[in-house]
Amino acid sequence: MNILISHIAVPTLTTLALMFASTQKQVRTIAAGGMTIQLIQSLVLLYLFLQERAGGNDAAVLFTQSFAWYPSLGISFDIGVDGIAVAMILLTSIVIFTGIFASWEVDKLYKEFFISLIVLATGVYGFFVSLDLFVLFLFFELAVIPMYLLIGIWGSGPKEYAAMKLTLMLMGGSALLVVGILGVYFTSDIEGVRTFNILVLGQHHIPVEMQRIFFPMLFIGFGVIGALFPFHTWSPDGHSSAPTAVSMLHAGVLMKLGGYGCLKVAIFLLPEAAHEMSWIFLVLTGISVIYGALATVVQTDLKYINAYSSVSHCGLVLFAILMLNKTAYTGAVLQMISHGLMTALFFALIGMLYSRTKTRIITEMGGLMKVLPFLSVCYVIGGLASLGLPGLSGFVAEMTIFVGAFEHEDLFHRVATIIAVSSIVVTAVYILRVVGLLLMGPVRNETYHNFPKAKWFEKIATVSLIIGILVIGLTPLWLSDMIRESLGMIVDKLVLK
Amino acid sequence: MEFHYTIWIVTLPFLAFLINGLGSGKLPGKISGWVATIAIGISTFLSYQTAFQYFSSPSRDKIIAFKTTWLRFNDTLQIDMGVLLDPISVMMLVVITTVSLMVFIYSQGYMKNESGYDRYYAFLSLFSFSMLGLVVATNLFQMYMFWELVGVSSYLLIGFYYDKPSAVAASKKAFIVTRFADLGFLIGILMVSFYTGTFDFEILTNPEGLTFSAAASFMGLSTITWALLLIFMGGAGKSAMFPLHIWLPDAMEGPTPVSALIHAATMVVAGVFLVARLFPLYSVFAPSALEVVAFIGAFTTLFAAIIACTQFDIKRVLAFSTMSQIGYMMLALGVSGYGGEEGLGYTASLFHLFTHAFFKALLFLGAGAIIHAVHSNDIREMGGLRKHQPITHILFLIACLAIAGIPPFAGFFSKDEIIAATFVNHPIYFGIAVLVAGLTAFYMFRLYFIVFWGKEKTYENTPHEASTIMLLPMIVLAVGSMFAGFIPFGHYVSSDGQSLALHINWPVAITSVVIALVGITMAWKFYKTESDSSEKVARAFGNSYKSASNKFYIDEIYILITKGIIFQMISKPLAWFDRNVIDAFMNLLAATTNWVSSQIKEFQSGQVQKYAFIFISGVLIIVLSFIYANQ
Amino acid sequence: MVEQVPLNHALIVTTLMFFIGVYGFLTRKNLITMLISVEIMLNAVNLNFVFFDSYLFPGKLEGHFFSLFIIAIAAAEAAVAIAIFINLYRNIRSIDVEQVDKMKY
Repeated sequence: MNILISHIAVPTLTTLALMFASTQKQVRTIAAGGMTIQLIQSLVLLYLFLQERAGGNDAAVLFTQSFAWYPSLGISFDIGVDGIAVAMILLTSIVIFTGIFASWEVDKLYKEFFISLIVLATGVYGFFVSLDLFVLFLFFELAVIPMYLLIGIWGSGPKEYAAMKLTLMLMGGSALLVVGILGVYFTSDIEGVRTFNILVLGQHHIPVEMQRIFFPMLFIGFGVIGALFPFHTWSPDGHSSAPTAVSMLHAGVLMKLGGYGCLKVAIFLLPEAAHEMSWIFLVLTGISVIYGALATVVQTDLKYINAYSSVSHCGLVLFAILMLNKTAYTGAVLQMISHGLMTALFFALIGMLYSRTKTRIITEMGGLMKVLPFLSVCYVIGGLASLGLPGLSGFVAEMTIFVGAFEHEDLFHRVATIIAVSSIVVTAVYILRVVGLLLMGPVRNETYHNFPKAKWFEKIATVSLIIGILVIGLTPLWLSDMIRESLGMIVDKLVLK
Repeated sequence: MEFHYTIWIVTLPFLAFLINGLGSGKLPGKISGWVATIAIGISTFLSYQTAFQYFSSPSRDKIIAFKTTWLRFNDTLQIDMGVLLDPISVMMLVVITTVSLMVFIYSQGYMKNESGYDRYYAFLSLFSFSMLGLVVATNLFQMYMFWELVGVSSYLLIGFYYDKPSAVAASKKAFIVTRFADLGFLIGILMVSFYTGTFDFEILTNPEGLTFSAAASFMGLSTITWALLLIFMGGAGKSAMFPLHIWLPDAMEGPTPVSALIHAATMVVAGVFLVARLFPLYSVFAPSALEVVAFIGAFTTLFAAIIACTQFDIKRVLAFSTMSQIGYMMLALGVSGYGGEEGLGYTASLFHLFTHAFFKALLFLGAGAIIHAVHSNDIREMGGLRKHQPITHILFLIACLAIAGIPPFAGFFSKDEIIAATFVNHPIYFGIAVLVAGLTAFYMFRLYFIVFWGKEKTYENTPHEASTIMLLPMIVLAVGSMFAGFIPFGHYVSSDGQSLALHINWPVAITSVVIALVGITMAWKFYKTESDSSEKVARAFGNSYKSASNKFYIDEIYILITKGIIFQMISKPLAWFDRNVIDAFMNLLAATTNWVSSQIKEFQSGQVQKYAFIFISGVLIIVLSFIYANQ
Repeated sequence: MVEQVPLNHALIVTTLMFFIGVYGFLTRKNLITMLISVEIMLNAVNLNFVFFDSYLFPGKLEGHFFSLFIIAIAAAEAAVAIAIFINLYRNIRSIDVEQVDKMKY
């Protein structure tokens, strides 16, 4: 069986199996088992992909398969992956795997919780393997909808409000996407035969006037989920109300659908408009980067801190995508992966700390390093990765973005880059502020000494994410080369005006 | 010549870090200290081996001992990880490993009873690894990476006593200030790479082979000047040059051996090393940037020396003294030219870096021994310690004489070269250099007389002499402080790779020694016996004394900018704006939708008769319109 | 043979009946009266069937049968309606149509 199909099949089967499970133990075992298999097969996919590439197979996408679905409209279930998709799939597998362990102790409607979570993940996998815009959109929606239930039912705080806000804003983005996708579909009349297939569409030219209409729609449509300023406000509310695993998955993977879509749909299919309009969005993303970072500095809720810093980091992804060159694209993808791992780690740790301290306000905590050394060290590592310490993933991603962005021959872009670069100082400020207030200092409360130490499932969750961060941070070459060579298609299209 | 083994100089401390870091809390007893010490010991041995092998050959070429691609940006730009051997990197290897080894050994005594012993050695090993990686970097980006790593290790070590709020604040400050400086470094790297298309030192430091793709200029200075100024900003941050120096005095919150290693001998001179590494670039393409270096160096050296005279925390005096000495080195680099006799400043600067590492590390270790005995940092609580700590006393005196520039101690030779370099054609800088020499002698001997002479204070526990394991490294460093000056340094290190014979410039030497002796005498007068004469002098200076002892209020200005402007005036309003304007706009959209639907929902009233009325009216209208339409 | 009533007259009667029913349905508040109004409309339609049948297809009886069907079904419908009213009355103690507005919004 095609390994990509099994990437959709395994979560689906896991979901089915979960329906027949009854006790919490069974539910956990099935979910963990299924996602472990998924992680392993994602690693196998990576291995197979690298083997194929090493073997000289330089097709744009590998492991393709196509099933006609609605031929008269040109819809078919086309799947295939390039280096970027492989990397993103691997990221998804790691995050969902750790997400299962991070939500090990969910005891309210646990069966439904895990089912929704895995359905969400299925949508993400489908999104990354799809080559057909229609199917891609279908999976996109599949990934967004369960979020409403997950936040609305298992969330905390003003959860109904947050769930509604998040869903509505993402739906607003989806509405733009539908129009954009249909626009691309109808304007790219290929000898009377219409198709949704990205690769086929990519070989044809869409009239520039049409591009000007549909590029903003597609870019903003995907940008909403990528936390593009000023459409980012779902992120703080949504993340702070969501349960741990959902925040992890959402910030770690779902927000990356935005960047991925912008790159592989908006920019790839509409390159001329991208050239013309990039400066508008460059300003917006530049604002995202700085503004997100500055707004983080004064937050006191751990989840808000992370949500705003995600706005800043994801803004950097879109920023790099708009630089329209290979190095910056590589950086963007690296940043997606790196931020995915980092933020998942943060949310996992916040969940774990919250389950002990029962508060997320940093000014009410302190001295956790002494009582919870393991979790605190993990937090510090995540923080250092976030502020771009060499040897951890954030550095690789950020530097690739900065070097790529600075390659741009236009002075405006280089100045914008310098402004974006300055966010690293602000990042350092808020990370160290959190570390200082939360982990260091004297132990705030005597009851802290009774906290249970890190449990085995918590260790699995954090350690697997840290391993990911370290592997990318220490040996980035294979990953960045894998991504770079997949970008040829997109970059070539940009050059051929 | 084969230098493959040099990679182990760098990797061994990293392995020690891994062992201690992963095994933290599980390693039995004091094993972590030994693991780290042995690792750095082997590194030291290999460094000496490298130095011997490298300097015994007449060639001073750059040798790439090891190189591998780490990350590829595009077809021309890539980050390599490698080991580059040239005179300055080999010299730095020797300095770093020697001081590291001494500090590692010393710490076994000093940190004996601390909790987090293995964490301490893990961080210390991480630091040594990063510092060694920094000096052997083959390209700017590798240097930047290790540059950041030393910053983090410094952060971790300053905040070693993490339950002490002042230590946490100090570590945060150190990291953020240097991070801010590194921002300049990074932008500078980006600019250099944009115009030259390379990060490689081999190409960058070869003035003949280098061209700049664009001769654009900005505000009257060429872009390359700007790039180099930004890079210098990075160096100034790490080396605590004014106005980025504010973190260094606070960094003394860390354990004293850490201050000796990081904040005196090695990390803080990274800025000097950086400028020295890119020296051909500075001197050939951007002489105006070099003038800035000289100016900042001269200003800092004077500024810090004045403050040092007013401080009462033993470690802070040493910290300001470090700043002042690094300012000296920067000044020497700034006034230097490229090649031949012109390059005297370059050699002098690195020579001073070399000797300074020994006596400053010794001073800190000595201070550590004192603090260990007295349990206080405040020199006003010390006095008469020469009776309790005779060996420390002698060692400390040696270091003081060395830093004051009294022949034949090491500091005399290097300082003399620096002053000679300024003497040639920079009369103002020469004046500053001589003045600072006097001030240095004064504040060091002020410290010395207060601590070891003066009136004996009442101590809770009688101060004791340091243990052997602490004294041993100090003795080694004292030997270095005494004899390092006799090394024919110019023969090994010079700006263009040609051997440069250093002569003692007698008029200059005599002036500086006399000034130093004056300084010592004044210190002796004021502080040898407890008297109020020093306070009288302080009062005579009035406000200027007060502002100096408050470090010229630079910290307060920073706090105003960070807390007052960035935190209160930018971040808070931004966060408010986000919640109350942007988010409110989104909520407004939702509320509008809500309002519209609540308006039109009235149609659905539940009254059957209303429905029927509308239905029938509709039917009638349709029927009638059809009838008329058909006519 | 008795002379037939002209169709116009018949239609005037049924139209009047129908609109009387409509008027009653729209204005009465009592559900039973409304039901009676509906029945009046129904009967107007029945009469139409009968009249048109005998005018258009004299001798054939389909229209007449159809009216009979309608009468039968109307009886069943009335029974259901009254059953609903009774239940309604039991619940809210009223058969005023304006109070039966549970199904709004």
